[in-house]
Amino acid sequence: MTVEPLLVADQLTKSFGPTTALERASLQILAGEVVAVMGPSGSGKSTLLHCLAGIVAPDSGQVRYQGRDIGAMSDTARSALRRGEFGFVFQFGQLVPELTCLENVALPLRLNRLGRRAAERRAAEWLERLEVAEVSGKRPGEVSGGQGQRVAVARALVTAPKVIFADEPTGALDSLNGERVMRLLTDAARQTHAAVVLVTHEARVAAYSDREVVVRDGRTTGMERSGVAA
Amino acid sequence: MSIGQTFLGLLEAGPRHGYDLKRAYDERFSHTRPLHFGQVYATLSRLLKNGLVEIDAVEPGEGPERKRYAITAAGVTDVQQWLSQPERPDLYLQNTLYTKVVLALLTGRAAADLLDIQRAEHLRVMRELTRRKAGGDLADQLICDHALFHLEADLRWLELTAARLDDLAGKVRA
Repeated sequence: MTVEPLLVADQLTKSFGPTTALERASLQILAGEVVAVMGPSGSGKSTLLHCLAGIVAPDSGQVRYQGRDIGAMSDTARSALRRGEFGFVFQFGQLVPELTCLENVALPLRLNRLGRRAAERRAAEWLERLEVAEVSGKRPGEVSGGQGQRVAVARALVTAPKVIFADEPTGALDSLNGERVMRLLTDAARQTHAAVVLVTHEARVAAYSDREVVVRDGRTTGMERSGVAA
Repeated sequence: MSIGQTFLGLLEAGPRHGYDLKRAYDERFSHTRPLHFGQVYATLSRLLKNGLVEIDAVEPGEGPERKRYAITAAGVTDVQQWLSQPERPDLYLQNTLYTKVVLALLTGRAAADLLDIQRAEHLRVMRELTRRKAGGDLADQLICDHALFHLEADLRWLELTAARLDDLAGKVRA
């Protein structure tokens, strides 16, 4: 039986000035799977993630989400897709410093026009699930790195996204906190059937994935998988 | 790992029968590779001969008599010495992977493919350990972490070697 992939990168090429970041890179992500994108620094893995998420447009090639070409969408449609269907976790949480942790997690729901009370109720549930309910009234500057990153994971998951893009989500954390973030992120993603595209150069982080794709000099390897329609 | 000294350490908490010792050892230290009874009794008779344990009690059973072993003062000293000595770090200077890479380069085969296959295998085992850790107790977590850090070190070597393959090929074939 073949399964239609949720997200497809097809022969992506991207250059920044004279530097080629991606060269005919391809990748397929199924619904609910956790895929680690690995490779040395400067190999193009973050550029691949940005192209997949519609943040950066490739010079050539196509990104398709549920069969739709992201590059052919209007800016408004692409923004709506990112807000509604995608969640993001970066190396440094990138929380809004002026808002409390609860308001940070509620923010994507507010941007999607959900009322404040309902948004904060759902945000509180996610903070609880990510084991950081105690920081809900604090601002990001008042919490530890590990707590801040779990707040960022809660914010990525609060809209019930279909895909979570995580770029070195444990890069700024010690081993114990990094492990906790990865366990909570992958457990929550699996429970909600969200796919995770996990960019990392750390093998212990990649070990939380279902499979890995290696990017080297802008090219992808390790694409073999059964059950994916060509 | 020294089975004898581990037995002595377990016996410090109190006397045990051979079967209890095996069970405690397997549960704590050798989950995936339980000891054979032959190893258990061979180790105990060696410890007995060297005066590190003594028979504490003999109980009649349905089959052969059950002996209960206790640690002696010499046994306690032996464990103390073992625990206070550092383990020699393995140097891994001539490992199979290195040999395979050099042989692949010497014979004109694709060494990069070899490294890719090995990376995938290492990650497969790391996934298994990560899953085992998630469902395990603290002892399981510590054992798995130890293995995971070693596998991660191997992987870093694989990455570095992959980045140096062209240089290495030149040197090996020169």
